[in-house]
Amino acid sequence: MRRYLTRKLITYVLAFFVGVTLDWALPHLMPGNPIQGMLSKYDVGSNASYSALYQQFSSEFGLNVPLWQQYLNFWHGVLTGNLGVSIYENPASVTSVVFQAMPYTLALLVPAILLSYSLGNRLGAAAARRKFLDNWVLPVGYIFQAIPYAGLALLVPYLFGSLWHLFPTSLGYGENLIPTFDWTFIASLLDHWFLPFLTVFIVSLGGWAIGMRNLVIYELENDSSRYLRALGASERVVRGYAYRNASLPQLSGLALQLGVVIGGNIVTEIAFQYPGLGNLIYKAISNEDYFLLQGIFIFIVIGVLLANFIIDLVIISVDPRTRLSMQGATA
Amino acid sequence: MSESTSAPSAPEVAAVGLPSVPGTESAPRNRNDFLYYGLRNKKLIFGVSLEFILVLAAIIGPMLAKNPPLQTTNLPLQHPNGKLWLGTDLTGYDLYSQLTNGLRESYLIGALGAAFASVVGMALGFIAGWRGGWVDEVLQMITNVIVMIPSLVLLIVIGSYLSSRSILFEGAFIGLTTWPWVARAVRAQTFTLRSREYVDLARLSGKRPVAIIVKEIAPNMASYLFLTVVLLFGSSMLIASSYDFLGLGPSGVVSIGWILNQAENGSALLYHLWWWFVPPVAVLTAMVAALLIANVGLDEVFNPKLRDQ
Repeated sequence: MRRYLTRKLITYVLAFFVGVTLDWALPHLMPGNPIQGMLSKYDVGSNASYSALYQQFSSEFGLNVPLWQQYLNFWHGVLTGNLGVSIYENPASVTSVVFQAMPYTLALLVPAILLSYSLGNRLGAAAARRKFLDNWVLPVGYIFQAIPYAGLALLVPYLFGSLWHLFPTSLGYGENLIPTFDWTFIASLLDHWFLPFLTVFIVSLGGWAIGMRNLVIYELENDSSRYLRALGASERVVRGYAYRNASLPQLSGLALQLGVVIGGNIVTEIAFQYPGLGNLIYKAISNEDYFLLQGIFIFIVIGVLLANFIIDLVIISVDPRTRLSMQGATA
Repeated sequence: MSESTSAPSAPEVAAVGLPSVPGTESAPRNRNDFLYYGLRNKKLIFGVSLEFILVLAAIIGPMLAKNPPLQTTNLPLQHPNGKLWLGTDLTGYDLYSQLTNGLRESYLIGALGAAFASVVGMALGFIAGWRGGWVDEVLQMITNVIVMIPSLVLLIVIGSYLSSRSILFEGAFIGLTTWPWVARAVRAQTFTLRSREYVDLARLSGKRPVAIIVKEIAPNMASYLFLTVVLLFGSSMLIASSYDFLGLGPSGVVSIGWILNQAENGSALLYHLWWWFVPPVAVLTAMVAALLIANVGLDEVFNPKLRDQ
């Protein structure tokens, strides 16, 4: 296990390093100069005042030092949590703006991922080798898996909002409410949360169900399952083992899928104007707030890495082979 | 993770005279088997026929359009009718013309994304699986790192600095962020295949590694590779639709995601303009679902354990 964890930790540190470096390098690699872009909007008259402003902005954003020093400064900022000041919500710091939006994103993502994962796996396992269920789960699963996030982010609010008037289709809470901790606010919060949650949940559900169905079929035809049956084990026991074996690739799949789910969450948040990180990204772009954009990217990378780490710990507790390798047995 | 620790040395267990490895001599019979089961697999036939119809629509559809996709008919907000088959949007654009055009772009981006991802993924997967050792460790590390960088956010960050994007850029971006899937699959398969006797024989006869990989290893995982490419094709189309929906797609291209973006911005939901977004969503879903269904059908054809009993 130690070897497994060390290897994983090295990957995480590397991924974080690459993420931060990419985040720092992108504005430098791209054509155009952000300060020139900012100044061009102000319509500065004379050349002298232009160069004075240019100097001023350069030193304010720390762009007047050599590149390597800028890079180290960026790392310093990332490690101390000082990611600069948001242009769009001036004078709030990037970190505080991100932390304001984060609860909304987590409230969408965590239940959607966990519920679709557990329900999808159960449905898929139940459908495997049961003709009647399979005839339902399979086609519905394919449709859910094939439907684009963007499409669902239009269809769901159309049906539940415009047509049936069941749920609000935009914003995180009622427009006339002030965030406080009382029932009207919480009720409004839940009311607004439901549809975005539903879309993220539906899109993920099909993939898990179909993946689990196929894996359980593989496992049920496996030699170990045949052996178990030959020993006289009941079908329930055989299925129990098949499910356990099949959940391992599903768990690694969950780790792989996280980036995609977060991407889909961004689409959903923007379509529903839900006040989470995805929507913040959108605002950051339309206001050309590069510091905010860089800050959000760092936070999402940290989130993905943390989630991967948790999944790794779960895999260790599910898969005895990763634990055995610590005690000297060969995996 | 487990297979990386066991460095497979050429096993000397296979004594002379024992039956040879399956897959070398039974190949011709297998091929007939594939045809036999393929023509009887309902999923495969359904998926392939649906996809065939949609590809035909992508080729012929734009020719039947009466108006260019980005030229107004001066008849805004028309319901679908005999003349304008899918109606028009707020500005009066012909939605049939836009959708068939979008179909074509979706297939194009699917092919581009799958091509980029499979070239990079296969190359790195073969190298990692064939060389093993530290090369494999390094490549796996790179793969794991790429997987963990959220690609949509990366594209948003890159996209915000670019003034115009081409469809080639989008395809390359999708391919270059999805290749880890291919690389992992190819690496694992190469690991199991490279210690087979016929590969050892090829190595003994002095063949170069590239020749061995192309002639001996790749053909034996052809079915597997094919399935991966089919899945990549579908996922590239879906990913592109998300990018286009967010306005990060290729500039000036009428794609399905772009139509959805226009519907969202044009308040299609508020005015109940369902014909603006329901047909594109349905068509894209059908395109991807047909691929998935054909994929499972193919899997059952290639893998006897999965066939219906």
